[in-house]
Amino acid sequence: MTEPLGVTPSQTVGPFYAIGLPWEDGPYVVPAGTPGSFEVHGTVYDGAGEAVPDALIETWQADPDGRFAHPDDPRGAVKWDAFRGFARVPTTPEGTYAFRTVRPGRLPSASGELQAPYIAVSVFARGLLNRVVTRIYFGDEAEANAADPVLRSLAGDAERATLVAAPSDRGYRFDVHVQGDHETVFFSI
Amino acid sequence: MSIPLIGYRREGPEDQPPLDYAGYGSTALRHPKRPLVPLPHGLTEITGPMFGHEKVGELDHDLTRQHAGEPIGERIIVHGRVLDSDGRAVPDTLVEIWQANSAGRYAHERDQHPAPLDPNFTGAGRCVTDSEGRYEYVTIKPGAYPWRNHPNAWRSQHIHLSLFGRAFSQRIVTQMYFPGDPLFYQDPIYLAVPESARHRMVSMFDLDRTEPEWALAYRFDIVLRGREQTPTEDPHD
Repeated sequence: MTEPLGVTPSQTVGPFYAIGLPWEDGPYVVPAGTPGSFEVHGTVYDGAGEAVPDALIETWQADPDGRFAHPDDPRGAVKWDAFRGFARVPTTPEGTYAFRTVRPGRLPSASGELQAPYIAVSVFARGLLNRVVTRIYFGDEAEANAADPVLRSLAGDAERATLVAAPSDRGYRFDVHVQGDHETVFFSI
Repeated sequence: MSIPLIGYRREGPEDQPPLDYAGYGSTALRHPKRPLVPLPHGLTEITGPMFGHEKVGELDHDLTRQHAGEPIGERIIVHGRVLDSDGRAVPDTLVEIWQANSAGRYAHERDQHPAPLDPNFTGAGRCVTDSEGRYEYVTIKPGAYPWRNHPNAWRSQHIHLSLFGRAFSQRIVTQMYFPGDPLFYQDPIYLAVPESARHRMVSMFDLDRTEPEWALAYRFDIVLRGREQTPTEDPHD
């Protein structure tokens, strides 16, 4: 077998990514007005507790049936036509972000049990030489969260709590702490 | 239901810049201090948004034709292939770019560099790879510009690129550099990448693709992670 090619290294998005990356429909995992949809919103903080005004949040999630419209999901066709699964939102000058989505369905694990529902997240920013990856779980899914293999694998309740979004009047609130006392758990993938 | 999945190859410290890099001041308060938690690849990590032509307008690949007049600067063709690390083409994937103008100024309200804006240059483009993973842009060569990272700091000339590949695991944002840039030695964003991998961010001058009496050309191939050879054994996903 031949040696794999070397991958292209990551570089920061820098302070001016807004020239090229934001999309008008970026915040819509599902179209506005989709029944059952809600916002996930929050603030991105740095290690000094300051809001980060030039971060970019991207998300990826299963549809309400726990499926992906993708050839590598072996379970076949999906039925949610207007479901994009993806959001891209820049943070505001106050460091806040919001996107509109629906609750993802639960995914099967290799051993057949169901995982707690979650949304995968990438955070990009000036000062981040590579994206950091985390997950949003739902605060009103206590039973599923308690049984979830990824959440259970974390060191303790404080770490788990950084991944759980609290119900709010708009939907769910999820703050990202890139560094600091409340540092979010980030994954290597 | 149990689903055997084939994940994507892991990257090592020899491939990627560290998140904590003292030479680049903005990393100080913006890198996690706790170790990253290894996550097995499940359905979420091996799938991803597969955006294609619906995101791309007719002139999005030609940054010299997006306004009434032509931008000032050295016209260049930037082209290459998007591959995975097994050398397989990545077709139909969105490639987005953004860059400074030829004077080294971004068309962004927070860029305070006292160099002229160009009314005929925004500096953003999109295109989609063809069935063999090829992409091509026409643009102008971006200028170098000063920044405040350290005394007399200048960024190497570069174009920002963003790619999805076909999986969340393949997502990448990077920068393409130009061969022989004399600013490399003092540019911590470039130097943060391990020396053995830096050449992967530097385009090649491509005489064959130049257009006589019209434009120079640079070739830049982009390599995304390839697949593991066997299904993941991990019980998590």
